[in-house]
Amino acid sequence: MGVNLLDLYETMVRIRLFDTKAEELFLQGKIPGFIHSYVGEEAVATGVSANLRPDDYITSTHRGHGHMIAKGADLKLMMAELYGKKTGYCKGKGGSMHIMDFSLGVLGANGVVGGGIPIAVGAGMAIKLVRKSDQVVVCYFGDGASNRGTFHEGLNWASIYKLPVIFVCENNMYASTAYMPETTSVLDISARAVGYNMPGISVDGNDVLAVYEAAKEAIERARRGEGPTLIEAKTYRLKGHFVGDPELYRTKDEVKRFWEKEPIGRFEKKLFEEGILTEGKKREIWEKVEKEIEEAIRFAEESDFPPPEDALTDLFVDDRGYDY
Amino acid sequence: MREITFAEAICEALLEEMERDSTIFTYGEDIAKQGGIFGTYKCILGKFKDRIIDTPISEEVIYGSAVGAALAGARPVVEFHFADFIFTGMCSVVNQIMKIRYMSGGQKKLPIILRGPDGVARAAAAHHSQSIETIFMHVPGIKVVIPSTPYDAKGLMKTALRSDDPVIFFEHKRLYKTKGPVPEEEYFIPFGKADVKKEGKDITIIATSRMVLESLEAAKELENEGISAEVIDLRTLVPWDKETVINSVKKTHKVIIAHETWRRAGWGAEIAATIYEEAFEYLDAPIKRIGARNVPHPFSPPLEDAVIPHKEDVIKAAKEILSL
Repeated sequence: MGVNLLDLYETMVRIRLFDTKAEELFLQGKIPGFIHSYVGEEAVATGVSANLRPDDYITSTHRGHGHMIAKGADLKLMMAELYGKKTGYCKGKGGSMHIMDFSLGVLGANGVVGGGIPIAVGAGMAIKLVRKSDQVVVCYFGDGASNRGTFHEGLNWASIYKLPVIFVCENNMYASTAYMPETTSVLDISARAVGYNMPGISVDGNDVLAVYEAAKEAIERARRGEGPTLIEAKTYRLKGHFVGDPELYRTKDEVKRFWEKEPIGRFEKKLFEEGILTEGKKREIWEKVEKEIEEAIRFAEESDFPPPEDALTDLFVDDRGYDY
Repeated sequence: MREITFAEAICEALLEEMERDSTIFTYGEDIAKQGGIFGTYKCILGKFKDRIIDTPISEEVIYGSAVGAALAGARPVVEFHFADFIFTGMCSVVNQIMKIRYMSGGQKKLPIILRGPDGVARAAAAHHSQSIETIFMHVPGIKVVIPSTPYDAKGLMKTALRSDDPVIFFEHKRLYKTKGPVPEEEYFIPFGKADVKKEGKDITIIATSRMVLESLEAAKELENEGISAEVIDLRTLVPWDKETVINSVKKTHKVIIAHETWRRAGWGAEIAATIYEEAFEYLDAPIKRIGARNVPHPFSPPLEDAVIPHKEDVIKAAKEILSL
């Protein structure tokens, strides 16, 4: 296996701690707006991204912190954006739901469910028609987005032009409050790939190595110019739709049962069994990541808010004269 | 000077820029095999193998893909087929194309052109006749171009093709076959610069697109009755040339605003309000606004004529103002 298992573990821990801390800060009233926690789904972004190069692209979702961290985002700039500070990735104009780093190939978290799918497909067109490179695009979305028109339009489009796009559906069983089997015509979202004449596969989305292997195959196929794949990663949203969600649509028992299957503990057990991880190494990783996050929080808290006049910049390349 | 049609002028701009810039590619429905339903792609047929593409009828992706393509370094020119159909992919236009640069904190330029026919043809009824430019003037995030002559169409399209911001370009169906002088030499027309199509001293008529032609006809007839009308073609609505408008108001003290889109809350209301705010003391009479009646476009020709504005409406309004 061409991947460092401890790196995978560390990335998952980084995502877990970042979102756990973000939730805490939000509840303390330090972060404005909304936070959508990726806790419980860390194995998906981690397993997929371990196959990506820096010049590959991703499109993300409203629950996008994990996708960004797995692609190598700077925690300081992320946290500052969550705080609405001038030093954030988007200078405080995007916030948690719209973090982007185009230089890192992150073509945006997106506040519209399924909104990133056409963007991913477009990046695929540019790769194939203009750049003529072997870059790929990973398009993350949820089970809810698989019921949107953009999903069906986008998969058909990527298929007919054989675009290098890997559609990664994170089926976390809930679209906001709606239970997936009650809103979706199939139980395996990967079955929909048949209609678009592309390979479709369902994997255990809480098993980072299963995700890694499925993504590896799909990404290699895309790089060879053999077109798109639909991967359904079956996972579970351990937190509410947003931080503060009363969660009246599911039982505490159900959530408790899924905590027992959460991806980090599961992978940790395997690493301990195989002697790859030790208690000492574990502590070292967690402490290192905790420190990174503390630094990110300090950076965010010490940063200034953007001055009000900044609200009128960044719409167009030539900024002046559009507000009168 | 040679004369070419409006459709040829548009195509020529595209041809010249596609030859110069290999990152430009164009796609949409019915363009690559037939050259577009109004012939605006005819001159590039067979010249750019992979860079002119017929797509499925998947508007969310047609528009949304432009974001991904632009972020990945291409310069997509997207055909919208009929302005009426933009609504089928409106989320990608308004929530992605028009917001991504701002929400990212201005990380990257977003060179996208959306272009195609708008306005009435003849008896095309309510799904193929609309003028919807006001919506894009209202929501911030895209530059709005709406020319009336072949000369302006080419010069503005050339500017659009080198712009680093999203542009929506409306081409009136009844203008495609009109001919006008277009020099062989290269030229560009800047956005935000109105053109005084006819100078006059008694009354100012502000118009765009087909209503510029109707207003010029009206001005000719008014001239026979000793009334000197000035006709201003705004050419772009975002940005719009306030200076030329206000200067004309200071000269004539009387104003008509004429557009084919609906009168109620049409862009003329915005121009009128601005004149009232900034040049009220120069006005000798209330401003008159001319636009379509506030109903969908009916099919039957006599009904259609009753709904859309004509030169007679401009003449009538001018006489009413001058008799005050």
